[in-house]
Parts: sequence; structure tokens; C-alpha cells
Amino acid sequence: MSELNSLTLAEARDGLKKKSFSALELADAHLTAIEKARALNAYVLETPERASAVAKAADARIAGGKAGPLEGIPLAIKDMFCTEGVRSTACSRILGNFVPTYDSTVTANLWRDGAVLLGKTNNDEFAMGSSNETSFCGPVISPWRRKGSNTPLTPGGSSGGSAAAVAAQLCLGATGTDTGGSIRQPAAFTGTVGIKPTYGRCSRWGIVAFASSLDQAGPFARTVRDAAILLRSMAGPDAKDMTCADIPVPDYEAAIGKSIKGLRIGIPKEYRLDGMPAEIEKMWEQGRQWLKAAGAELVEVSLPHTKYALPAYYIVATAEASSNLARYDGVRYGLREQASDITDMYERTRAKGFGAEVRRRVMIGTYVLSAGYYDAYYLRAQKVRTLIKRDFEQCFAQGVHAMLTPATPSAAFGLGEKGQADPVEMYLNDVFTVTVNMAGLPGIALPAGLDSQGLPLGLQLIGRPFDEETLFSAAAVIEKAAGRFTPQAWW
Amino acid sequence: MSVDAETVRRIAHLARIAVPESEIEHLQGELNAMLAFVEQLQEVDVEGVEPMTSVTPMAMKKRADVVTDGGIAGDIVKNAPASEDNFFLVPKVVE
Repeated sequence: MSELNSLTLAEARDGLKKKSFSALELADAHLTAIEKARALNAYVLETPERASAVAKAADARIAGGKAGPLEGIPLAIKDMFCTEGVRSTACSRILGNFVPTYDSTVTANLWRDGAVLLGKTNNDEFAMGSSNETSFCGPVISPWRRKGSNTPLTPGGSSGGSAAAVAAQLCLGATGTDTGGSIRQPAAFTGTVGIKPTYGRCSRWGIVAFASSLDQAGPFARTVRDAAILLRSMAGPDAKDMTCADIPVPDYEAAIGKSIKGLRIGIPKEYRLDGMPAEIEKMWEQGRQWLKAAGAELVEVSLPHTKYALPAYYIVATAEASSNLARYDGVRYGLREQASDITDMYERTRAKGFGAEVRRRVMIGTYVLSAGYYDAYYLRAQKVRTLIKRDFEQCFAQGVHAMLTPATPSAAFGLGEKGQADPVEMYLNDVFTVTVNMAGLPGIALPAGLDSQGLPLGLQLIGRPFDEETLFSAAAVIEKAAGRFTPQAWW
Repeated sequence: MSVDAETVRRIAHLARIAVPESEIEHLQGELNAMLAFVEQLQEVDVEGVEPMTSVTPMAMKKRADVVTDGGIAGDIVKNAPASEDNFFLVPKVVE
């Protein structure tokens, strides 16, 4: 038998059910792999004792015929999720020693279904970044390398640790959060599958808040089926989040293998950017052919406000962040710098506790919300957001079921290569993903092939609100045609 | 629009982030780069457009105004840098 950690989640689930191996053996295989892969810096906290204990309990439930849908499945959790009794820091110095006394709703749902926590994964500080380089715990090194090169690459961000852990087979699946592309961009960079569901599909309760009207949790996995299995457990109504939808969660796995004959797939013309690498354009064309061959109808659509999504996003997201991050005041939790005066204490604590990118965004957010500037920036951005959403609504009203776009404008780049001189350069990574958050829609990214340097390239499917099923069906078609992609272990 | 050094100091104070004088100029450049980037929104015609206030069209959930949780003061202050008898401690505020 091959190593247990190279199984897909569905294979592992079926193997556990047939008692081909135990949950403890499955957890151990992963813990061994994690230990060998510390060079990747994917995990910021490993929880081996808890993993073994929970796996043993899972084995007992399997033996007793009381297994949950994810019984004994080892997962990694992004450090943005609060986990009871397990340090949760958002990879920020300001939350350095925070140990929650509660679980986020999403993680509680996973434990309810029998999943096993392996550890917490690295992310950009407060999920603010696209390369995992803003993490207080240091960057994640991608398990992928360019052909014949040792240059360390980014796994993307902000959920870089989760994406790297899934790609390097250090877990069977992982959670992520996506505010502007933080699940889909790292999925594309690491050859994994990542879905940001519709805003309101997963509860945000207990997830460290970045921009509340944009944040959504979602899973990473190595197959579309595995992502579908995970999302079903993560999602669902929650009275503790006022924006969480009271809509039943369908059996997403049943959507895998469903015919897409007659499905209308929109190809937004505004996503054809000037200077986009030929390989991205080629992959996009390939994706169109695969869907067409499976019986889908392709139609060109127009989303005229696409170019304004990124600037509007950086107003909305920074404004909400400046408000959300006001809670880090050195009083209730986390770091405190001593000072004789309370204002001085706040200012010193936040200066020391926040990294450069977070400080910059909090200040921009403070500025755009400040007296005299609110109308010019924030109010205008929210109006532009209405127009961005309307673009999508008009396409869907014309009978388009989903849209196909590239997930990112390039393959993964080297650590330190982008955003050093101008922060905006880094932000452009999210040009294809950010519109989806602005409109609150579901989006899935999955690998479509490798570029000439041997790095994964991803496609994105964007769906109608609460229609993740169509995305899973169409993504499964692409996956079947494209195959799966695994990095060569060098660590 | 762009910000001057004095505005950077004012924003930093509003955001309650101490910024040393030596960093003001650099920060001013970064903030202005971002403001230049978002400047393109000014060209969008937003006449008569309602600002988005709800991501998905849904009525706000309501519940009975009753206590649903509580009695966990120890949990609340558990992560506080300084607390006493389940109160948060802060530097003296009122003379």
C-alpha cells in the first residue's frame, strides 16, 4: 500500500470504513510527513497529541458503527480560525499567545463530523497578503519549484500554509478564508482545489475578522470531490452569525460526475488582460474546449466594471479592517506594551503588534472613513460595488449558469520578487478573484495544467449565489480532462 | 487626492498606531501610492446608484431579546494581559 497521506480524502474515508487501516495509522502517517516537511513552514503549530487522542476516539466510533461523515479524517486549520484550547494567532504578533476558549462554528462543525486536527497553518498576517510573506511566523515555502531551480517560491496567500500542506500531502484537506482571493490564488499556485462559497454559506463566527462583508471560509483539497465533501461539513446555518444564510446545505458530493450538457458558461471578455502571459491564455482556451466537449454552451459575456473591482476592494477591505482591528488594544487579549497613559499604551501596543502591511491597511482604512473623506472614498466604493454585482446579475439573468476565467494572471512567483517597491504590484495578483468577493458569489479554483517551467496554473469557475453544486459539476469535468498535479518532494 | 506629512501623523493617531518621525515620509509615499491607485474610481458614473449595504439579499435575522449565554467571566478575561477579579486592568484613565 502507498503512504496513507497520499490518499485522497474520499479514498481515506472509504478505507477507514472498510477498516483497511485505522484512524490512528492515518493520523500517524500525516504526523510523520509533517515532521519531515518543516522546511516548508506550512504549519505554525502542530498538535500531535491531540491528533492521536482524537484519532483513537474516531477508531472507537468507527468500531461502534457511529462514524460521522469525516470520522478520522486528518485536517489542517488555517490560523485565522479559533480553535478551543489551541493557540490561534492569525499569524500576528499582537495575538501571539491567544488561546481561545471556544471553537469557530466552521471548526466545530468539522469536529462534530469526526475530523482530526493535525495543526494550525501559516497565513499572511490577519490574511492581509497574497504571498504569505506578511506572516509574523515567516513565509511558507511552496512545495513546487521551477524545473531545474532551487529558488524558493510562494505558495500564494493569504492561505499559503493550508495550500502548501494539502499539496505536499501533509493533511487530507484544510480550511482557508478568502477575502479577495486568499483561497483561490494559493490553490492555483499549488495545484490544489479551493472553493470560496457564496457569502453567507459558512458561518464567520469565531474566525478572526478581516473585512466582514467579504470574508468567507472554504476548503482546500487535492480533488474536487474532496473539496465537496469538506464544504458540506463546514457550511450551514448559524444563529451566531447574522449574515449566515438559513439555507439547507446540499450533498455537494452528489454533484460530482453530473452531466454539464446544456450548461451555459460565460466567458467574460474583460478578463482578457493586456500583457497576460500566453500560457495563461492558452490554458483558458483549453478549459473552454474541455467544457465544450462535455456539452456546455460557451457564450461571451461582459462585466464592464471589472477594472474597478480591485481599487474598490482596497477601500472597502481596508475600511472594514480598520474597524475590525480596533479590538486589538492591549486590554482584552494579546500583546500589551507598557505605558503610563492609556492612549500611549494603545499606540505602542499596536505599533509593535502589527506588521508593516497591516499597519498600512489600517491607516488607509482609517483615512477613507475619516470625516470629510467618507463620501469620496467609502461611499463611492460601495456604489461601485453595487455596479460590479449588477454586472454579474445581468449575465445570470441572461441564462448564464457559471463563468470560466483564469484564477491568477501568472504562475507562482519567487519569495521577495513582488511588492517590495510598490504594494499595489502585489495587489494585482487578485485581479481575477476579487470581483467574486465584491459580488458575494461562489468561486472555485482548480489546476488545469503546468506551465513551461513546470508550475501549476489554475482556472476559476464563478457561480450564481448559493449554486456551488454547478461549480462542483463543471470543475469535476475539468479535473477529469486535466488530471491531477503533485509536486516532487525535495524537502 | 494625496496626503501630506501632517495628515499621515493625524491618521496614525486616529488609528492609534505610534509612528516614529523617521517613518513618516516613507509611509506618506506608500499611502499616496494606494490613493493614486484608487483614484480611478472617480471616473465611474455612480449617479443614482445605491451603495451596497447587504451582500446577499436577505432580511436581517432577529431573535428574542434574552440572555443566551453568560456566566463565563473567567473565560472572557482568560487571555487578558492584565486582569484582577474578572476585571480588565488598564493604565489610569481618570485623575
